[in-house]
Amino acid sequence: MSTYDRSMALTGQPPVTLSKNQKLATLIGMFGLAIILLAAFNVEFPNRAIWLITALTSIFTGIVWFSWDLYRGKYPGIKNDKVWFRSISNLGLGGWLLGIAITGFYIVLYFYPEYLGLASKGENTGIIALFDPLSKILSGNPASQWFVYGTLYTVGILAFGIKFLLKYRHNRYERIRTVSVMFFQTAFAFLIPEFMARLNGSSVLQGGSLPFLDLKNIWPLNYYNFESYRIKGFLSSGDIGFAMLIFAVASVFIITPFLTYKFGKRWYCSWVCGCGGLAETVGDSFRQLSDKSVRAWKIERWVVHSVIVFVTLMTTAVIYSYLGKDTSKYWLTKSTFLIGVGVLLTTVFALVMIFKRDEFKKDAKYGAVGYLVIILALIGFHFYSGDGHVFLFKSGTLRKTYSFLIGSIFSGVIGTGFYPILGNRGWCRFGCPMAGMMGFQQRLFSKFRITTNGGQCISCGNCSTYCEMGIDVRAYAQKGENIVRSSCVGCGICSAVCPRGVLKLENGPLKGRIDSNQVLLGNDVDLMKLVNQK
Amino acid sequence: METVVIIGNGISGVTAARHIRKLSDKRIIIISAETDYFFSRTALMYIYMGHMKFEHTQPYENWFWKKNRIELVNAYVTKVDVSTKTLILDGSRELLYDKLILATGSKPNKFGWPGQDLHGVQGLYSKQDLDLLEVNAPNKETCKRAVIVGGGLIGIEMAEMLRSRDIPVTFLVRENSFWNGVLPDGESQMINEHILEHHIDLRLGTNLKEIISDGIGKVKSVVIQETGEVLECNVVGLTAGVAPNIDFLKDSGISLGRGIKVNRHLETNIPDIYAIGDCAEQHEGIGNRRPIEAVWYTGRMMGETVAQTICGNRIEYKPGHWFNSAKFLDIEYQTYGWVFGARGKKDHEEQFHWRHAKEKVCVTIAFHKESGLFLGINTFGIRMRHEIFDRWLTEGRDVDFVMKHLVDANFDPEFYKQFEKEIINKYNSDYGKSIHPKKKSIKRIFQFN
Repeated sequence: MSTYDRSMALTGQPPVTLSKNQKLATLIGMFGLAIILLAAFNVEFPNRAIWLITALTSIFTGIVWFSWDLYRGKYPGIKNDKVWFRSISNLGLGGWLLGIAITGFYIVLYFYPEYLGLASKGENTGIIALFDPLSKILSGNPASQWFVYGTLYTVGILAFGIKFLLKYRHNRYERIRTVSVMFFQTAFAFLIPEFMARLNGSSVLQGGSLPFLDLKNIWPLNYYNFESYRIKGFLSSGDIGFAMLIFAVASVFIITPFLTYKFGKRWYCSWVCGCGGLAETVGDSFRQLSDKSVRAWKIERWVVHSVIVFVTLMTTAVIYSYLGKDTSKYWLTKSTFLIGVGVLLTTVFALVMIFKRDEFKKDAKYGAVGYLVIILALIGFHFYSGDGHVFLFKSGTLRKTYSFLIGSIFSGVIGTGFYPILGNRGWCRFGCPMAGMMGFQQRLFSKFRITTNGGQCISCGNCSTYCEMGIDVRAYAQKGENIVRSSCVGCGICSAVCPRGVLKLENGPLKGRIDSNQVLLGNDVDLMKLVNQK
Repeated sequence: METVVIIGNGISGVTAARHIRKLSDKRIIIISAETDYFFSRTALMYIYMGHMKFEHTQPYENWFWKKNRIELVNAYVTKVDVSTKTLILDGSRELLYDKLILATGSKPNKFGWPGQDLHGVQGLYSKQDLDLLEVNAPNKETCKRAVIVGGGLIGIEMAEMLRSRDIPVTFLVRENSFWNGVLPDGESQMINEHILEHHIDLRLGTNLKEIISDGIGKVKSVVIQETGEVLECNVVGLTAGVAPNIDFLKDSGISLGRGIKVNRHLETNIPDIYAIGDCAEQHEGIGNRRPIEAVWYTGRMMGETVAQTICGNRIEYKPGHWFNSAKFLDIEYQTYGWVFGARGKKDHEEQFHWRHAKEKVCVTIAFHKESGLFLGINTFGIRMRHEIFDRWLTEGRDVDFVMKHLVDANFDPEFYKQFEKEIINKYNSDYGKSIHPKKKSIKRIFQFN
């Protein structure tokens, strides 16, 4: 090893010291954070609106100024110098400290919002009170911990989005994609739901009140979207509410499969999704930390697909719990619903096994069969056992467990808190059921692939190192094989960092999408023919 | 069971080993004194720059070798005894082979400059060279200036590396324009400009006279031949090309030229001994190729070929259409077919050159003056599809066809600005033609109906 840190200094070696501008920028950003931190200790600010604006502006300015200084005066191109020398991005002390800090924040956010100043009765205090003025302007209501989180989240995506734009200013795919995630976060995740809250109770909604709705947040990522209170909210809100319910269902069964077929799952994961948006912007400095080993890939496949099974069971149970039994009241009853779910899953399973069975490895086949048997057995068991709890547990228990384990711990605490340790896509890779389902389709039925450019690969490893999903891109590229992996979110960074122009994200015909070559292009034509015959 | 011993764990040797394993059950042993496991030599620069750690440059996880029954030996082969088929490792241990593949690669050229063996003077080829550079030039305080001698691919890489740590670099290039032995003038000129943009002190048409010691064995300065100017520096990078690494074979009886002499089957004059990669020298260059090809891709192809021969399908080394690529600081370069620099240009070769008015993007297309046959293309700042050019070269397309379908060959990321229209306009005006570009066709690109 030639480049390990021989000095014990926390500031790092001379090549990674900060410039004067960067120090000032850090100071300004820290000032903004300090205001928020002081608020947490219940320091009373006389004019909250002004202090909030000051805090957010300082954080934003600090980040943007720092990035501007980092990339200014440099020729457009790949800017990965010193990534592995900085303790924050090489699993060093800085990274661990940051990881622990973010993890701590998420634990407080999810489980102890009262420490942030959330009041169940009366006025908010602390940080949440600091955000009250902004919330009142947008939705008319006082802030909650989720509003605070949403605001910081959006500021993060915007500020680090600008950093990303500066860093990749030579790459138009990256620029457009980043503007897209910045837009969807600001408009769809942050502003529109707040504005919509103003409509609640109004005549537009016929007096109903919509649930808090981020339109781009699709089931199963949005695992609670079909719960009783939300369905009631939709149905109480006139035509608009009904349209939104239809949209929510269509998103799952029509829009997502169609777009994934056309463009791969990247249309969502790295262009629209909020989790993806945060990972691509705030988390960009940690993308190289994802584990590329085959072992990690094995764990990933089991974990993410288990989460899909879990969310399917949970949602089925929850919907089942509030449906009626009487067909005369509503066509969808408990038993028709369960049978429907069973038929749907069996159909998907059968189609895949008939048309695509050759593309599965042995363990994938066992896994699929195993999980299908479990789900069907549970449904059948329910019919025989009469009116008990579907799937042995109370639907409420299932839901609470899912919400705690997956919704909070996995996606928040581990998913984001462990950015500096697992890389920026830990959640997307190991946990997200939405990514898992789209990935399943992307692997089997999509036009998307990363094309390998003939024999041009030099096995340097930049693509694999900077793949946030932990795909060993090089393993395919050096065989002249296209990359068609279910986990690929199409961020395009492998193609960007490739020094030899080997990789291209593109949509093309399904035929010949995956083909590995024993002997690569550029060799004797006869030899290539001889050994590449399949 | 036959034992195949491979000396050298670079791309050539490892490719040979992998393919022999695919084709047979022979015992395979790879010997290297450089590193325990195969790594990508071309990626060494990224370790120094902090883009990657050394382990990232290893294309296979460490369990790969055992699983595929490829035995790795960390040793230096000091002697080959061809009469008893024995290798002497580290001067003492013996190892027997049935078949021997020499894939020992290159070593940096040294042309007898006074002071070339001082501390602080080094090439950049091996893992050890990289470690040495980390000692010689860890930062701009220890290395106040570096002088690089030799204007080739390794030279510009080394300059980029040192600049990533803000070390001032003077770059001495013998030719009057960077790499113009290979690149046509317009392209070479553009790279000159780009080198200056990166604040590298580029000295064209400049030779090294001598390297001066500080009196205790370390480099203090260099003297330039043309002007007598003395440049203070702490590191001198010798990057004036590479030569086959074959000193240990001197008295072995294996026929040597500059490299290890091989026939088209990559066989040496001694039965059961083969040579591949940088260290192999063809009796005559194949087509336009040089007898010694020190290129990643040719090493890999030779590995693929020799594996066939060793496993009973004796075939010639018959490389397909020439291709190569490189990156000059921020500018990517690709080439398909043959485009020659001013010195090597053939009489029948006409070159069309287009360069973007502002951006560092250019294209040179070579074609036959009379027949219009497409000969090759160089692109800078535009990526091209290997498969398409390989196909066009095989089909013997003419330059008008290539121009018309140029958009099919574009391999830049989606949404990138496209320059085909401007390129074709210039072509039309240069040659009085009126070619209309075709629209990009997925059907033509992927060849399906």
